[in-house]
Amino acid sequence: MSEILLEARDLTKYFPVTKGLIFSKQIGAIKAVDGISFTINRGETFGLVGESGCGKTTTSRLILLLEEITSGTLLFEGTDISQLARTEFERYRASVQAVFQDPYSSLSPRMKVGKIIAEPIVINDELNPKEIRERVASLLEVVGLRKDADVLYPHEFSGGQRQRIAIARALAPDPRLIILDEPVSALDVSIRAQIMNLLRDIQIKMHTTFLLIAHDLAVVKHMSNRIGVMYLGKLVEVAESEELHSYPVHPYTQALLSAALPSHPDIARKMIILPGEVPSPLNPPAGCRFHPRCFKTTAICSQQIPPLKEIGPNHLVACHVDS
Amino acid sequence: MTMISNDNILEVHDLKTYFYTSRGVVKAVDGVSFALKKGETLGLVGESGCGKSITCFSVIRLVPRPAGRIVAGRVLLEGEDLMTKSDKEMNRIRGRRITMILQDPMMSLNPLFTIGEQIAEPIRIHQKLGKLEVWEKVKEMLRLVHIPSPEVRMREYPHQMSGGMRQRISGAMTLSCQPAILIADEPTTALDVTIQAQFLSLLKEIQQQANLSMIVVTHDFGIVARICDRVAVMYAGKIVESAATRELFNNPVHPYTIALLNSLPRMEVKVDRLYSIEGQPPELHALPPGCSFSARCPQVKEGCLKDYPPQKEITQGHFANCWLQS
Amino acid sequence: MLNFQPVSEAGETDQVLKRFRWIKMRRVIRGTSWTPVAILVLFLICGVFGNYIEPHDPMKTNLSAAKSPPFWQKGGSTKYFLGTDGFGRDILSRIIRGAGISLQVGFAVVVFAGALGGMIALLSGYLGGWVDAVLMRITDMFLSMPYLMIAIALTAVLGPSKHNIIIIMAILGWAGYARVLRGEVLRIKGSDFIKLAIVARAGKVRIMLRHIFPNIVNTLVVLATLQLGIVIIMESSLSFLGLGVPPPEPAWGSMVADGRVMMFSAWWVSTWPGIGILLVVLSCNLLGDWLRLRLDPKFRQL
Repeated sequence: MSEILLEARDLTKYFPVTKGLIFSKQIGAIKAVDGISFTINRGETFGLVGESGCGKTTTSRLILLLEEITSGTLLFEGTDISQLARTEFERYRASVQAVFQDPYSSLSPRMKVGKIIAEPIVINDELNPKEIRERVASLLEVVGLRKDADVLYPHEFSGGQRQRIAIARALAPDPRLIILDEPVSALDVSIRAQIMNLLRDIQIKMHTTFLLIAHDLAVVKHMSNRIGVMYLGKLVEVAESEELHSYPVHPYTQALLSAALPSHPDIARKMIILPGEVPSPLNPPAGCRFHPRCFKTTAICSQQIPPLKEIGPNHLVACHVDS
Repeated sequence: MTMISNDNILEVHDLKTYFYTSRGVVKAVDGVSFALKKGETLGLVGESGCGKSITCFSVIRLVPRPAGRIVAGRVLLEGEDLMTKSDKEMNRIRGRRITMILQDPMMSLNPLFTIGEQIAEPIRIHQKLGKLEVWEKVKEMLRLVHIPSPEVRMREYPHQMSGGMRQRISGAMTLSCQPAILIADEPTTALDVTIQAQFLSLLKEIQQQANLSMIVVTHDFGIVARICDRVAVMYAGKIVESAATRELFNNPVHPYTIALLNSLPRMEVKVDRLYSIEGQPPELHALPPGCSFSARCPQVKEGCLKDYPPQKEITQGHFANCWLQS
Repeated sequence: MLNFQPVSEAGETDQVLKRFRWIKMRRVIRGTSWTPVAILVLFLICGVFGNYIEPHDPMKTNLSAAKSPPFWQKGGSTKYFLGTDGFGRDILSRIIRGAGISLQVGFAVVVFAGALGGMIALLSGYLGGWVDAVLMRITDMFLSMPYLMIAIALTAVLGPSKHNIIIIMAILGWAGYARVLRGEVLRIKGSDFIKLAIVARAGKVRIMLRHIFPNIVNTLVVLATLQLGIVIIMESSLSFLGLGVPPPEPAWGSMVADGRVMMFSAWWVSTWPGIGILLVVLSCNLLGDWLRLRLDPKFRQL
């Protein structure tokens, strides 16, 4: 079995911006994801970080087939997912599940928890009702909830418990890849550790691969093996977790890490304050997207888009001015 | 906290704010006392429901009525008790001597008015300045919060600005009357990491310039570590531990503080499993007798279930309410 | 299947779960506003069990007792409790039977219009695109029609009968549901749980029926309650004009029309059915308003 579970090649998603009520004309496009390439290995946690508008959420939606790919390819276990036949498409859906940020809107308010968890397997898999009930019960146990919780409704649970239910549902079809989109940021601080430990246990025992999207750099570092940094639709740096934090190369990564809040008052980080704001994805700067705010910018940066290239073992950077 | 000192700009003594709901009495703030020195930044840390935001609203007497009521306590602003002031007097104090920034900048700004108008409003209410002087002041405030081209920005509307800018404009609105105290309620929760860093630096800069005293309400210990001089940890409506920031991080004493600090993932240290606190935060209308943390405390003793522990001074300036310290 | 040590840090207890549900049920019962419910229950009983409780046959005439006043007035008797009309028919029995008619018509219209409007809202809101465009234009057409005038015109053409007016009012009534519910559907469509249902391989039909529909039921019930009042007034108006349920069936509207000529000599003939209409419609409106408050999205618990 190959090591690589998911591979993206020049993945691109443009959202058209139209004008006009009846005969609408396209006047531009929001370049949400602009040609990114990365791989996710089996059994690892790949973290994707970046600030608002960087495209990490859109990337996850593309992988989940909630949005159509504009161009580029996405390969899952070697197969191009845009070329899947009907049955393979179903299998792909079963293999890739998700847990979203808001525990309050992730669960259908009028469905019993047992039905919610069973949904991914009730539709297509051939399990009789008894087997389904057993699986729901064991899933509830895995996520640390009581077996008789399946007759209750989501509003009878707290935020942390609802996130557990969401995780149980994601586990139901025995997926290969689970996309975690800000899984703990809407939860209380003391509950976050519970959920992060739970996810870790699940990964160890079931060898699930995670794509973790989060803005809290400490959370990403704690959970990820490898991390990719995105800015305005492009991947600017990919490296192993420790390597990224110890030797960040791309100026944006350096700024991002320096801006992260310390975990102790004595940790004084030399903060790199970036001028200005993130530009609009409707009109990204020419050349390197980051160059207007970059403290290492040179002439070539405004002309050519830097390619993502390997500068060390497992360490890729897209910058003209790397050493 | 022992107080009654002359360089305390704000002293809160035994503040109690209760909410009367159909489920019972919710003791949102249940005997909170702290002091704020001039020029100091105090952090109020806790999770959702611990009462930190209501404490701040109680200090400026903006508790939603009739469900909520401040049932006890004194709030001394430079020696004057705010609980004895009339509504009219409070209106003059709010916005002028004590101001507040809220979490969601979009909610604090009126989408129908230009930002110039909105910054001008508190100036017009609290200060007697001529028309041109008001606009000059608006531009000055925008420059203070590092908003480029203030003359242009003044005429724009909130929806034309990013989150970080809107938060800075909120800041400009609150600082226009040179308040003595600024209360910031989760000011950076809705902001990106780099914007957050910008904003916190800005707050620190303004504080130094104007000798402003600040109370920062947050659930993020990182913010405390970066900008707070002192910190008070709240749980279920009470302050369970308070100390100077460095002292709290180096030597936490209350089991809740210890557990909370240990459960945070840290960028500098790699661990396999995070320490996690069992259970859920308690329901505020049905608090158990004794220490409210007893149900989740790893070091709970029998005495903890009977009475609430009194405050003990651990070292100079470091206080905690815990039976383990007796 | 999955056999390893579960993580047990969630920590909720048996008793807490059970108590929670019981407390909630008690609160629902205590918080209900009972007057409109009582009136409507009475209306329901009359409508369903009318045949058993009416003191006389509503159609039986007795010319010797024509225009007798209610029992507390001179000339009245407890035999004809609320008096009789011009043909000597007992008003009370006719009111009870009339309740049945209004009930049948009202419920039938509300159910058909609600079902049709709800279905169109689901399809339109969830499928979007040209389906939405076409259905909404049709809805707009129906919404812009003058309700009463078209009802009168159609009834005049098709002839007055109970079935006809049910069909006509349902056809005219579904558009209001469709428009409001489509808004709800659009709102729900953007929720995370719908996206996750798609990820869980749910098809369009399943999502519409199991995810979206249960969440619009609240609004639908409120709309239905409010529309019931409107339908009863409509039916009464049509009957008053002679275009509704034809005589000798005692529709409340026709009873009011019958008594019109004798308002000063026999006030009770028009007044009792008039009060009946007033109470039922008022109760429908009050109940609908109260339901709307109770079922507010903030609480979302029925």
